Amino acid sequence: MSRLKLFIPVFVFMVMAVMLWRGLYLDPRTLPSVLIDKPLPDFELPRVEDEALITKADLPDEPFLLNVWGSYCLPCLQENPILMAAKEAGVVPIVGVNYKDKLNLARLWMDDNGSPFDFSIMDADGRLGINLGVYGAPETFIVDGNGVIRYKHIGVIDYKTWDEEIMPALAAVKAEATL
Amino acid sequence: MRPFVIRVRLLCFGLLLGFGAVMPGGVSVPAMAAVDAFEFETDEQQRRFRQMSDDFRCPMCQNTSLTGSSGGVAEDLRREIYLMIMDGKTDEEIEQFMLERYGDFIFYRPRLTVETLLLWFGPLLFLVLGGWIILGIIRRAQPMTQEQVALNDEEQQRLKALLDNVKRD
Repeated sequence: MSRLKLFIPVFVFMVMAVMLWRGLYLDPRTLPSVLIDKPLPDFELPRVEDEALITKADLPDEPFLLNVWGSYCLPCLQENPILMAAKEAGVVPIVGVNYKDKLNLARLWMDDNGSPFDFSIMDADGRLGINLGVYGAPETFIVDGNGVIRYKHIGVIDYKTWDEEIMPALAAVKAEATL
Repeated sequence: MRPFVIRVRLLCFGLLLGFGAVMPGGVSVPAMAAVDAFEFETDEQQRRFRQMSDDFRCPMCQNTSLTGSSGGVAEDLRREIYLMIMDGKTDEEIEQFMLERYGDFIFYRPRLTVETLLLWFGPLLFLVLGGWIILGIIRRAQPMTQEQVALNDEEQQRLKALLDNVKRD
Protein backbone atom coordinates (compact mmCIF):
# COMPACT_ATOMS: atom_id res chain seq x y z
CA MET A 1 0.00 0.00 0.00
CA SER A 2 2.73 2.45 0.94
CA ARG A 3 4.59 1.53 -2.21
CA LEU A 4 1.49 2.41 -4.21
CA LYS A 5 1.66 5.88 -2.72
CA LEU A 6 4.95 6.33 -4.51
CA PHE A 7 3.07 6.36 -7.75
CA ILE A 8 0.71 9.19 -6.82
CA PRO A 9 2.90 11.87 -8.43
CA VAL A 10 3.25 9.79 -11.59
CA PHE A 11 -0.48 9.31 -11.67
CA VAL A 12 -1.15 13.02 -11.19
CA PHE A 13 1.39 13.80 -13.90
CA MET A 14 -0.30 11.43 -16.32
CA VAL A 15 -3.75 12.89 -15.71
CA MET A 16 -2.43 16.41 -16.21
CA ALA A 17 -0.41 15.43 -19.27
CA VAL A 18 -3.48 13.93 -20.94
CA MET A 19 -5.60 17.00 -20.17
CA LEU A 20 -2.97 19.46 -21.31
CA TRP A 21 -2.27 17.44 -24.44
CA ARG A 22 -5.95 17.58 -25.30
CA GLY A 23 -5.95 21.27 -24.49
CA LEU A 24 -3.31 21.86 -27.17
CA TYR A 25 -5.80 20.85 -29.83
CA LEU A 26 -8.85 22.71 -28.60
CA ASP A 27 -9.72 25.79 -30.61
CA PRO A 28 -10.20 28.61 -28.12
CA ARG A 29 -11.86 30.74 -30.79
CA THR A 30 -14.86 28.48 -31.14
CA LEU A 31 -17.12 29.74 -28.43
CA PRO A 32 -20.31 27.85 -27.81
CA SER A 33 -23.26 29.89 -29.00
CA VAL A 34 -26.04 30.45 -26.52
CA LEU A 35 -28.42 31.46 -29.28
CA ILE A 36 -28.95 28.02 -30.77
CA ASP A 37 -32.68 27.19 -30.74
CA LYS A 38 -33.53 30.79 -29.96
CA PRO A 39 -35.54 32.98 -32.34
CA LEU A 40 -33.71 35.57 -34.40
CA PRO A 41 -33.68 38.98 -32.74
CA ASP A 42 -36.01 41.66 -34.09
CA PHE A 43 -34.53 44.33 -36.30
CA GLU A 44 -35.47 47.07 -38.70
CA LEU A 45 -32.56 47.83 -40.97
CA PRO A 46 -31.94 48.96 -44.54
CA ARG A 47 -31.07 46.56 -47.31
CA VAL A 48 -27.63 47.05 -48.86
CA GLU A 49 -29.07 46.71 -52.37
CA ASP A 50 -31.70 49.46 -52.26
CA GLU A 51 -31.75 50.83 -48.71
CA ALA A 52 -35.34 49.72 -48.25
CA LEU A 53 -36.10 49.04 -44.57
CA ILE A 54 -36.67 45.41 -43.81
CA THR A 55 -37.63 43.44 -40.71
CA LYS A 56 -37.71 39.85 -39.58
CA ALA A 57 -40.94 39.37 -41.54
CA ASP A 58 -39.06 39.90 -44.81
CA LEU A 59 -36.78 36.93 -44.23
CA PRO A 60 -37.38 33.68 -46.13
CA ASP A 61 -40.00 31.41 -44.61
CA GLU A 62 -37.96 28.33 -45.42
CA PRO A 63 -34.61 27.30 -43.92
CA PHE A 64 -31.86 29.71 -44.97
CA LEU A 65 -28.28 30.71 -44.24
CA LEU A 66 -27.58 33.98 -42.51
CA ASN A 67 -24.02 34.96 -43.37
CA VAL A 68 -22.29 37.76 -41.48
CA TRP A 69 -19.81 39.48 -43.79
CA GLY A 70 -17.94 42.70 -44.44
CA SER A 71 -15.97 44.17 -47.34
CA TYR A 72 -12.94 44.46 -45.01
CA CYS A 73 -13.10 40.75 -44.19
CA LEU A 74 -10.64 38.57 -46.09
CA PRO A 75 -12.06 35.20 -44.99
CA CYS A 76 -15.44 36.39 -46.35
CA LEU A 77 -13.84 36.77 -49.77
CA GLN A 78 -12.35 33.32 -49.32
CA GLU A 79 -15.69 31.65 -48.70
CA ASN A 80 -17.54 33.67 -51.35
CA PRO A 81 -17.04 31.14 -54.20
CA ILE A 82 -18.61 28.40 -52.10
CA LEU A 83 -21.61 30.54 -51.27
CA MET A 84 -21.86 31.65 -54.91
CA ALA A 85 -21.89 28.02 -56.05
CA ALA A 86 -24.60 27.23 -53.51
CA LYS A 87 -26.67 30.13 -54.78
CA GLU A 88 -26.26 29.13 -58.41
CA ALA A 89 -27.22 25.56 -57.62
CA GLY A 90 -30.23 26.82 -55.70
CA VAL A 91 -29.23 24.82 -52.63
CA VAL A 92 -30.46 27.29 -50.05
CA PRO A 93 -31.40 30.96 -49.82
CA ILE A 94 -28.60 33.04 -48.32
CA VAL A 95 -29.21 36.30 -46.51
CA GLY A 96 -26.23 38.51 -45.72
CA VAL A 97 -25.64 40.63 -42.67
CA ASN A 98 -23.26 43.37 -43.76
CA TYR A 99 -21.58 43.82 -40.39
CA LYS A 100 -20.02 47.17 -39.42
CA ASP A 101 -19.31 48.14 -43.00
CA LYS A 102 -19.81 51.16 -45.22
CA LEU A 103 -22.59 51.10 -47.79
CA ASN A 104 -20.46 52.11 -50.77
CA LEU A 105 -17.71 49.63 -49.87
CA ALA A 106 -20.23 46.83 -49.41
CA ARG A 107 -21.78 47.53 -52.83
CA LEU A 108 -18.36 47.73 -54.45
CA TRP A 109 -17.43 44.39 -52.90
CA MET A 110 -20.58 42.78 -54.27
CA ASP A 111 -19.96 44.24 -57.72
CA ASP A 112 -16.37 43.01 -57.73
CA ASN A 113 -16.83 39.55 -56.27
CA GLY A 114 -20.47 38.74 -56.92
CA SER A 115 -23.19 38.54 -54.33
CA PRO A 116 -24.34 35.13 -53.15
CA PHE A 117 -27.09 36.80 -51.14
CA ASP A 118 -30.78 37.10 -51.83
CA PHE A 119 -30.23 40.40 -50.11
CA SER A 120 -27.98 41.81 -47.40
CA ILE A 121 -29.06 43.51 -44.21
CA MET A 122 -26.99 46.58 -43.43
CA ASP A 123 -25.85 46.46 -39.82
CA ALA A 124 -23.62 49.53 -39.82
CA ASP A 125 -23.40 50.04 -36.07
CA GLY A 126 -23.15 46.33 -35.25
CA ARG A 127 -26.28 46.27 -33.12
CA LEU A 128 -27.91 43.34 -34.89
CA GLY A 129 -24.51 41.66 -34.63
CA ILE A 130 -24.52 42.05 -30.86
CA ASN A 131 -28.03 40.65 -30.64
CA LEU A 132 -26.80 37.69 -32.67
CA GLY A 133 -23.81 37.22 -30.38
CA VAL A 134 -21.48 37.93 -33.31
CA TYR A 135 -17.90 38.87 -32.55
CA GLY A 136 -16.41 39.10 -35.98
CA ALA A 137 -17.11 38.28 -39.61
CA PRO A 138 -17.48 35.74 -41.04
CA GLU A 139 -20.07 33.86 -39.04
CA THR A 140 -22.83 31.78 -40.55
CA PHE A 141 -26.15 30.79 -39.01
CA ILE A 142 -28.65 28.24 -40.20
CA VAL A 143 -32.13 29.60 -39.52
CA ASP A 144 -35.20 27.42 -39.90
CA GLY A 145 -38.53 28.37 -41.50
CA ASN A 146 -39.86 29.67 -38.19
CA GLY A 147 -37.01 32.13 -37.78
CA VAL A 148 -35.26 30.05 -35.12
CA ILE A 149 -31.45 29.82 -35.11
CA ARG A 150 -30.48 26.18 -35.44
CA TYR A 151 -26.77 26.15 -36.11
CA LYS A 152 -23.84 28.49 -36.02
CA HIS A 153 -20.49 28.28 -37.73
CA ILE A 154 -17.77 30.69 -36.66
CA GLY A 155 -15.04 31.61 -39.12
CA VAL A 156 -14.47 30.84 -42.77
CA ILE A 157 -16.43 28.13 -44.56
CA ASP A 158 -14.19 25.94 -46.69
CA TYR A 159 -15.26 22.99 -48.82
CA LYS A 160 -14.67 20.59 -45.94
CA THR A 161 -16.84 22.62 -43.55
CA TRP A 162 -19.48 23.04 -46.21
CA ASP A 163 -19.67 19.30 -46.91
CA GLU A 164 -19.20 18.00 -43.41
CA GLU A 165 -20.91 20.60 -41.24
CA ILE A 166 -23.16 23.02 -43.07
CA MET A 167 -24.83 20.59 -45.48
CA PRO A 168 -25.66 17.90 -42.87
CA ALA A 169 -26.96 20.52 -40.44
CA LEU A 170 -29.02 22.12 -43.19
CA ALA A 171 -30.36 18.74 -44.32
CA ALA A 172 -31.45 18.00 -40.75
CA VAL A 173 -33.30 21.30 -40.47
CA LYS A 174 -34.90 20.82 -43.89
CA ALA A 175 -35.95 17.25 -43.12
CA GLU A 176 -37.65 18.47 -40.00
CA ALA A 177 -39.49 21.17 -41.92
CA THR A 178 -41.09 18.67 -44.31
CA LEU A 179 -42.44 16.45 -41.53
CA MET B 1 17.33 6.17 5.01
CA ARG B 2 14.62 5.20 2.53
CA PRO B 3 11.70 6.65 4.50
CA PHE B 4 13.42 10.02 4.55
CA VAL B 5 13.76 10.12 0.75
CA ILE B 6 10.08 9.38 0.43
CA ARG B 7 9.24 12.13 2.87
CA VAL B 8 11.19 14.72 0.92
CA ARG B 9 9.45 13.68 -2.26
CA LEU B 10 6.07 13.88 -0.62
CA LEU B 11 6.95 17.26 0.83
CA CYS B 12 7.84 18.63 -2.61
CA PHE B 13 4.62 17.21 -3.96
CA GLY B 14 2.65 18.79 -1.15
CA LEU B 15 4.31 22.15 -1.67
CA LEU B 16 3.58 21.98 -5.38
CA LEU B 17 -0.08 21.30 -4.71
CA GLY B 18 -0.23 24.15 -2.24
CA PHE B 19 1.54 26.47 -4.64
CA GLY B 20 -0.72 25.50 -7.50
CA ALA B 21 -3.70 26.32 -5.34
CA VAL B 22 -2.52 29.82 -4.61
CA MET B 23 -1.40 30.73 -8.12
CA PRO B 24 -4.48 31.02 -10.38
CA GLY B 25 -6.29 33.60 -8.28
CA GLY B 26 -3.29 35.86 -8.07
CA VAL B 27 -2.63 36.39 -11.76
CA SER B 28 -4.35 39.40 -13.18
CA VAL B 29 -2.94 41.91 -15.60
CA PRO B 30 -4.34 45.40 -15.25
CA ALA B 31 -5.75 46.37 -18.62
CA MET B 32 -4.92 49.66 -20.25
CA ALA B 33 -7.84 52.00 -20.08
CA ALA B 34 -9.31 52.78 -23.45
CA VAL B 35 -10.23 56.38 -24.07
CA ASP B 36 -13.98 56.64 -23.79
CA ALA B 37 -15.86 59.64 -25.06
CA PHE B 38 -18.95 58.88 -23.01
CA GLU B 39 -20.48 61.48 -20.78
CA PHE B 40 -22.15 60.49 -17.56
CA GLU B 41 -24.54 62.34 -15.33
CA THR B 42 -23.14 60.99 -12.09
CA ASP B 43 -19.86 59.59 -10.85
CA GLU B 44 -21.71 56.45 -9.85
CA GLN B 45 -22.72 55.82 -13.47
CA GLN B 46 -19.13 56.29 -14.56
CA ARG B 47 -17.87 53.99 -11.83
CA ARG B 48 -20.35 51.28 -12.88
CA PHE B 49 -19.33 51.69 -16.51
CA ARG B 50 -15.65 51.28 -15.64
CA GLN B 51 -16.37 48.33 -13.41
CA MET B 52 -18.42 46.49 -16.00
CA SER B 53 -16.07 47.22 -18.89
CA ASP B 54 -13.36 45.64 -16.75
CA ASP B 55 -15.43 42.62 -15.77
CA PHE B 56 -16.64 41.66 -19.23
CA ARG B 57 -14.32 39.84 -21.54
CA CYS B 58 -13.95 40.93 -25.15
CA PRO B 59 -15.29 38.05 -27.28
CA MET B 60 -13.08 38.90 -30.26
CA CYS B 61 -9.66 39.66 -28.84
CA GLN B 62 -9.66 37.01 -26.18
CA ASN B 63 -7.92 37.58 -22.87
CA THR B 64 -8.60 41.28 -22.75
CA SER B 65 -11.45 43.01 -21.02
CA LEU B 66 -13.82 45.29 -22.89
CA THR B 67 -11.88 48.19 -21.40
CA GLY B 68 -8.58 46.99 -22.76
CA SER B 69 -9.75 46.10 -26.24
CA SER B 70 -10.00 48.31 -29.29
CA GLY B 71 -11.72 45.56 -31.30
CA GLY B 72 -14.89 46.50 -33.13
CA VAL B 73 -17.20 44.36 -31.08
CA ALA B 74 -15.66 45.62 -27.82
CA GLU B 75 -16.38 49.21 -28.84
CA ASP B 76 -19.95 48.25 -29.63
CA LEU B 77 -20.39 46.44 -26.35
CA ARG B 78 -19.00 49.39 -24.39
CA ARG B 79 -21.50 51.57 -26.20
CA GLU B 80 -24.31 49.17 -25.29
CA ILE B 81 -23.25 49.18 -21.64
CA TYR B 82 -23.17 52.96 -21.68
CA LEU B 83 -26.61 53.20 -23.24
CA MET B 84 -28.05 50.70 -20.80
CA ILE B 85 -26.59 52.52 -17.80
CA MET B 86 -27.99 55.83 -19.03
CA ASP B 87 -31.25 54.02 -19.60
CA GLY B 88 -31.38 53.19 -15.88
CA LYS B 89 -30.74 49.45 -16.26
CA THR B 90 -29.35 47.65 -13.22
CA ASP B 91 -26.05 45.76 -13.24
CA GLU B 92 -27.99 42.50 -13.16
CA GLU B 93 -30.00 43.45 -16.22
CA ILE B 94 -26.86 44.36 -18.13
CA GLU B 95 -25.19 41.10 -17.12
CA GLN B 96 -28.28 39.23 -18.29
CA PHE B 97 -28.12 41.07 -21.63
CA MET B 98 -24.52 39.95 -22.14
CA LEU B 99 -25.18 36.42 -20.95
CA GLU B 100 -28.08 35.94 -23.37
CA ARG B 101 -25.90 36.89 -26.30
CA TYR B 102 -22.39 35.73 -25.51
CA GLY B 103 -22.85 33.11 -22.81
CA ASP B 104 -20.66 32.48 -19.81
CA PHE B 105 -17.58 33.30 -21.84
CA ILE B 106 -18.27 37.02 -21.50
CA PHE B 107 -17.70 36.99 -17.75
CA TYR B 108 -14.17 37.32 -16.44
CA ARG B 109 -15.68 36.47 -13.07
CA PRO B 110 -17.62 33.29 -13.85
CA ARG B 111 -21.03 32.85 -12.29
CA LEU B 112 -21.34 30.30 -9.52
CA THR B 113 -23.20 27.39 -11.07
CA VAL B 114 -22.93 23.62 -10.80
CA GLU B 115 -20.65 23.62 -13.86
CA THR B 116 -18.31 26.23 -12.43
CA LEU B 117 -18.10 24.74 -8.92
CA LEU B 118 -14.78 23.07 -9.66
CA LEU B 119 -13.47 26.27 -11.22
CA TRP B 120 -14.35 28.24 -8.11
CA PHE B 121 -13.38 25.75 -5.43
CA GLY B 122 -10.81 23.60 -7.23
CA PRO B 123 -7.93 25.76 -5.95
CA LEU B 124 -9.26 25.47 -2.40
CA LEU B 125 -9.47 21.71 -2.87
CA PHE B 126 -5.82 21.61 -3.93
CA LEU B 127 -4.82 23.84 -1.02
CA VAL B 128 -6.56 21.55 1.46
CA LEU B 129 -5.05 18.46 -0.18
CA GLY B 130 -1.56 19.97 -0.16
CA GLY B 131 -1.94 21.14 3.44
CA TRP B 132 -3.14 17.72 4.48
CA ILE B 133 -0.13 16.03 2.90
CA ILE B 134 2.30 18.50 4.45
CA LEU B 135 0.65 18.10 7.84
CA GLY B 136 0.97 14.32 7.59
CA ILE B 137 4.66 14.63 6.75
CA ILE B 138 5.33 16.98 9.65
CA ARG B 139 3.51 14.75 12.07
CA ARG B 140 5.49 11.71 10.96
CA ALA B 141 8.77 13.61 11.08
CA GLN B 142 8.76 13.98 14.91
CA PRO B 143 12.24 13.41 16.44
CA MET B 144 12.63 9.93 17.95
CA THR B 145 12.72 9.54 21.70
CA GLN B 146 15.71 8.13 23.62
CA GLU B 147 13.85 4.87 24.20
CA GLN B 148 13.09 4.40 20.50
CA VAL B 149 16.73 4.89 19.66
CA ALA B 150 18.08 2.69 22.46
CA LEU B 151 19.53 -0.71 21.46
CA ASN B 152 18.41 -3.92 23.07
CA ASP B 153 20.89 -6.46 24.40
CA GLU B 154 21.19 -8.37 21.17
CA GLU B 155 21.84 -5.23 19.18
CA GLN B 156 24.38 -4.09 21.77
CA GLN B 157 26.31 -7.33 21.31
CA ARG B 158 26.26 -7.02 17.52
CA LEU B 159 27.55 -3.48 17.80
CA LYS B 160 30.29 -4.58 20.12
CA ALA B 161 31.30 -7.36 17.74
CA LEU B 162 31.41 -4.95 14.82
CA LEU B 163 33.52 -2.47 16.75
CA ASP B 164 35.89 -5.24 17.79
CA ASN B 165 36.24 -6.21 14.16
CA VAL B 166 37.14 -2.66 13.21
CA LYS B 167 39.79 -2.49 15.94
CA ARG B 168 41.35 -5.79 14.84
CA ASP B 169 41.66 -4.54 11.26
